[in-house]
Amino acid sequence: MSLPLGFNGVVSGLLCGLIFGFALERAGFASACKLTAQLRFKDWAVFNVMFTAILVAAFGMYFLQLTGLLSMDQVYVPTTYFWATALGGVGVGAGMAIGGYCPGTSVVGFMSGKIDGLVFFAGIIIGTWVFAGAYDSMLPLLEAAPGPEAQTLSQLLHVPDWVVLLGLTAVAAVVGWFTARAPATD
Amino acid sequence: MNVDPKPLWKPHAAGALLGLGLLLTFVVTGHGLGGSGFTTALSAAGADLVAPAATAANAYLGPMVADDSNPLDAWITWQVLGVAIGALIGAISARRFRFSVDGPTRLPTAGRLSMALLGGIIAGFGARVSLGCTSGLGLSGAATLATAGFLFLGGFFVSGAIFGLLTRRLWA
Repeated sequence: MSLPLGFNGVVSGLLCGLIFGFALERAGFASACKLTAQLRFKDWAVFNVMFTAILVAAFGMYFLQLTGLLSMDQVYVPTTYFWATALGGVGVGAGMAIGGYCPGTSVVGFMSGKIDGLVFFAGIIIGTWVFAGAYDSMLPLLEAAPGPEAQTLSQLLHVPDWVVLLGLTAVAAVVGWFTARAPATD
Repeated sequence: MNVDPKPLWKPHAAGALLGLGLLLTFVVTGHGLGGSGFTTALSAAGADLVAPAATAANAYLGPMVADDSNPLDAWITWQVLGVAIGALIGAISARRFRFSVDGPTRLPTAGRLSMALLGGIIAGFGARVSLGCTSGLGLSGAATLATAGFLFLGGFFVSGAIFGLLTRRLWA
């Protein structure tokens, strides 16, 4: 067997999405109040959930690759465009602080009854149209300072993957330990 | 009968399930989970419906609807439909489904909805600048150890914290 399987049909989309949506709901990410509490440093659930998920998936892929089951050259790794990648993150972060959600969690919020989740989602569509209108004039910025294609942190730092994985684990463990006693919002 | 919502999962438990779902996605499809890929397809399809000539002429949306192709005919559409179903199952089974307006607790409803719309516009614009959102670039990108994923998350958390602190008085 060689992985990834390359199944990109209806069933794989529905199944992967279903787990994603269910996990986000159980994490409490249907709530704009809980999501933005992270940005006011009142609740560390967003950081802890995201970092745990990143580590589980990253370690899983690392070991599957070690056993020869998974070819990482068949796995999509995004490419950095320094200004676009960083400024896009700035926009999505500001959008969450102001509007309460990000694209994925707005769907989760609406599906648990949050009207503001639906309104945020509508805002995303408008924001995409604004982007499309400004696309030509922004193209130089969008393509500025490209990094090497599909570069990983390990390649950037010239260290093996396991060093990066252990470093990330240490960060997650320290933050997790310090925030374990902090009160969580519901 | 107990009608209180069930408690949320501990962050590390929810994160572990999310990580296993993300790993499954990579193993099955060869790429991660996303969000803004769908909203972009929906924006292109919506624009094509309302203003086909302007959409075809647009350098960004035009290629998505060229040759009568339907941008919504994509894996990400089924994935977001799955997210919606999964979230609905989660909310109903935990007795958390409730029609309500969340958002800055010290603002009236109209103010909360205006903030949600404004935030959505900024986030939607930002996610196109970076070619991905918190799911596609932050979560899935970082899981592949991509530099892009961590650079995005850095910008996301720094800006989120600045705007979070600037707006903190709107929340009780």
